[in-house]
Amino acid sequence: MKKSLTVTTLSNGLKVFLKEIHTAPIISSWIWYRVGSRDEVQGRTGISHWVEHMQFKGTPQFPASMLDKAISREGGTWNAMTYLDWTAYYETMPADKIDLALRLEADRMVKSQFDEKEVASERTVIISEREGNENEPLFQLGEAVQQAAFRIHPYHHEVIGDMADLHSITRDDLYNHYRAFYIPNNAVMAVAGDFETKPMLARIRELFEPIPAGPLPVRVARPEGEQRGEIRLSVEGAGSTTYLQVCYHFPAASHPDFFPLIVLDSLLAGPSNFNMFSGGISNKTSRLYRALVDREYAVSVYGGAQATVDPFLYSIVLTVHPKRKAEETLAALDAEIERVRREKVTKAEIARAIKQAKALFAYGSESITNQACWMGYSEMFADYGWFENYLNRLAAVTAKDVQRVANEYFKPQNRVVGMYVPVEKGKA
Amino acid sequence: MTMKKINSALPGPNDIYREVLPNGITVLTRSNFNSPSAVVSGYFDAGSLFDPDEKLGLADFVTSALMRGTKKHSFDEIYNILESSGASLGFSTGVHKSGFHGRSLAEDLPLLLGLLAETLTQPIFPKVEIEKLRSQLLTSLAISAEDTAEMASETFDKILYRDHPYSRPEEGTPETVKRITRDDLMRFHRECYGPRGMVIVVVGAVDAEEAVRQVKRALGGWQVRGQKEPPALPAVKPLQKTVTMHHRMRGKSQSDIVIGTNGPRRKDADFTAASLGNNILGQFGMMGRIGDVVREKEGLAYYAYSSLYAGIGPGSWEVSAGVNPANVTKATRLIVDELKRFVQEGVTEDELADSKANFIGRLPLSLESNGGVAGALLNIERYDLGLDYYQRYADLVNEVTCEQVLSVARKFIDPARLAIAVAGP
Repeated sequence: MKKSLTVTTLSNGLKVFLKEIHTAPIISSWIWYRVGSRDEVQGRTGISHWVEHMQFKGTPQFPASMLDKAISREGGTWNAMTYLDWTAYYETMPADKIDLALRLEADRMVKSQFDEKEVASERTVIISEREGNENEPLFQLGEAVQQAAFRIHPYHHEVIGDMADLHSITRDDLYNHYRAFYIPNNAVMAVAGDFETKPMLARIRELFEPIPAGPLPVRVARPEGEQRGEIRLSVEGAGSTTYLQVCYHFPAASHPDFFPLIVLDSLLAGPSNFNMFSGGISNKTSRLYRALVDREYAVSVYGGAQATVDPFLYSIVLTVHPKRKAEETLAALDAEIERVRREKVTKAEIARAIKQAKALFAYGSESITNQACWMGYSEMFADYGWFENYLNRLAAVTAKDVQRVANEYFKPQNRVVGMYVPVEKGKA
Repeated sequence: MTMKKINSALPGPNDIYREVLPNGITVLTRSNFNSPSAVVSGYFDAGSLFDPDEKLGLADFVTSALMRGTKKHSFDEIYNILESSGASLGFSTGVHKSGFHGRSLAEDLPLLLGLLAETLTQPIFPKVEIEKLRSQLLTSLAISAEDTAEMASETFDKILYRDHPYSRPEEGTPETVKRITRDDLMRFHRECYGPRGMVIVVVGAVDAEEAVRQVKRALGGWQVRGQKEPPALPAVKPLQKTVTMHHRMRGKSQSDIVIGTNGPRRKDADFTAASLGNNILGQFGMMGRIGDVVREKEGLAYYAYSSLYAGIGPGSWEVSAGVNPANVTKATRLIVDELKRFVQEGVTEDELADSKANFIGRLPLSLESNGGVAGALLNIERYDLGLDYYQRYADLVNEVTCEQVLSVARKFIDPARLAIAVAGP
């Protein structure tokens, strides 16, 4: 099985990763831009995600009416996603059809039109997307917790943006945002699958190298200061189920503490799965499940970290058991958090976390799309070495490290506790 | 890339190994050594069709309880074995069949199959665990009751299937779930579970014959006398006129709509034509014609698409959309207009050619992971498609004509006899 990796940077600054994988007649091509919701100021929240939507609305060469059909006709699958730190586009195609994806991405890096009419119809689509999110109690709670955790840093708002801004952002706002960030020297391209590196690289040069570099956009730099004291909040809404979301400030993915914290995450709440195209595993023998769900303080528990450029949040979400008060459930959670801060975890628990991570990596490697994804994804918050060394860095974690980070990060002063309080029907 | 090379990458008689064990279990396996992992997936005849009306949700309760304790291991021990290996295993319930799906590193496959066999054949339904589980199931029902998409879909089934078993929710209702006793669970397991009708597929980094040996070791000895036959399925009575139902929900910013009618069975000869037609109607590109009108042109919805649900019994053909409550009437009218156009004009040669290319081209993508291949093998077995189905697939798709699409559309969709379900404010 040949898996050769080539990394190079074109003369215009576009970084290119190529990985030959000849296991299936498929190629997955990705392009990543360093732009996300953290690049938005108030009044423009949600603009990066909206620009991503507009990237499906056509260029002179690929008008909207044919763009979506072109990829589907060739049997490809394609999508895009906008996150805190990045925006990504991908196409996974039958190997002999990949040229279409390459031409399309080169074209829409510079030539998207942002037609007024399309902007108008997309505005209501995105408002509808937000209204759908607002139907979910956990969206409402998550949004409130995130806002409370970040007063300064632009991680404070949701990727979808605030409703007020979705009503007021203009066509020119969108176009200017696009032109500022969609430049080759602010992007990473990653292609994996059934191709020969030399002709693939030549074709990428031919299509992308003529696109001129631009001035590298300055990212909003407003670091969040240390939180001084626990923050508690509540959100009221429809339903009959109470939820708790407890978020701790958490280091950036490139920080050395990230890895002992990932081990801690694995034994507290089951392993976080960073694969985008492969599911995770259950967490029914994690410490939090045993202490909270098994003892009926909660009906379910989820805990997870995100890999981000700047410090973000570790989030624990609990569905409160109907026979408990939220305070009781929170107290039970606190007892477990206190335990990892007080007592060292065992070597066996660390070994287990590593085996879990290894299995998740193996599942992720079944998919060419997922393998291509990792090359650009890891570059967005660290570098590809982060991904390649992930298992080794977990293996180097000691019980002492885990206890240290538990004490440093999992303290009450460093968290926001949010509660979703259902307002029974008839009282709303 | 030549067609020949693509074809040889598709599962077929040359690389699918199939064997029926003496106790009736059918095993299909296909090796894939590209990644050191393996998937185990399958189904058996213990779906919610067996549920008595007053105890809806029984089959689902049983599958949810299988892993809560066996003669050999407690709930915590079972999951400890799985999670310590980074493996997973879970059961689910459908109307006709219940199923399981698990995966592990290939080195842990015997462990995974061992736990599958143990939970299937020797569950003990511990009292304490059953009560914990009941609370979880009831909470999950309460959460669903607040979900506009779930409620629209449930309302749609009530309109379309009325007194047919397909109208019944597989998860039951709070009242019926509260009524189910431990004895009910044990009786259901004793009477309805057994090797007859069970299918298991293993896909991954394991030699095909070795995989079958492992399945035999785990489940080859399972025998059940008097395993119940699934109840017969009554015919579905088509709607005589359009029926609209609005499930009112407070405090929601979006309403969900489901509009549709009956559809073909998976085994019906016109399934492929219906499937291509559905792709044109509400999937191709950015959600087909429906997406084009409701999302792209009018900007009314983030999602608006159509689905064809074709299984063992009569299927359904549904259009779903999530819109602002103020736009429900307009979106409904646009969707019904598209359905009218679909049955009046049919589809064009160009549209059909696009969807054919889409179906054929995306096939290798859907078979990229072990899970994808496992799903394909289960499909082959459940619907009798033949081991060479995926290799013949391109021909089957290419044979479909515009006339066939129009004819199957007219056979099932009558714009004057639709089920229209809305859930929201």
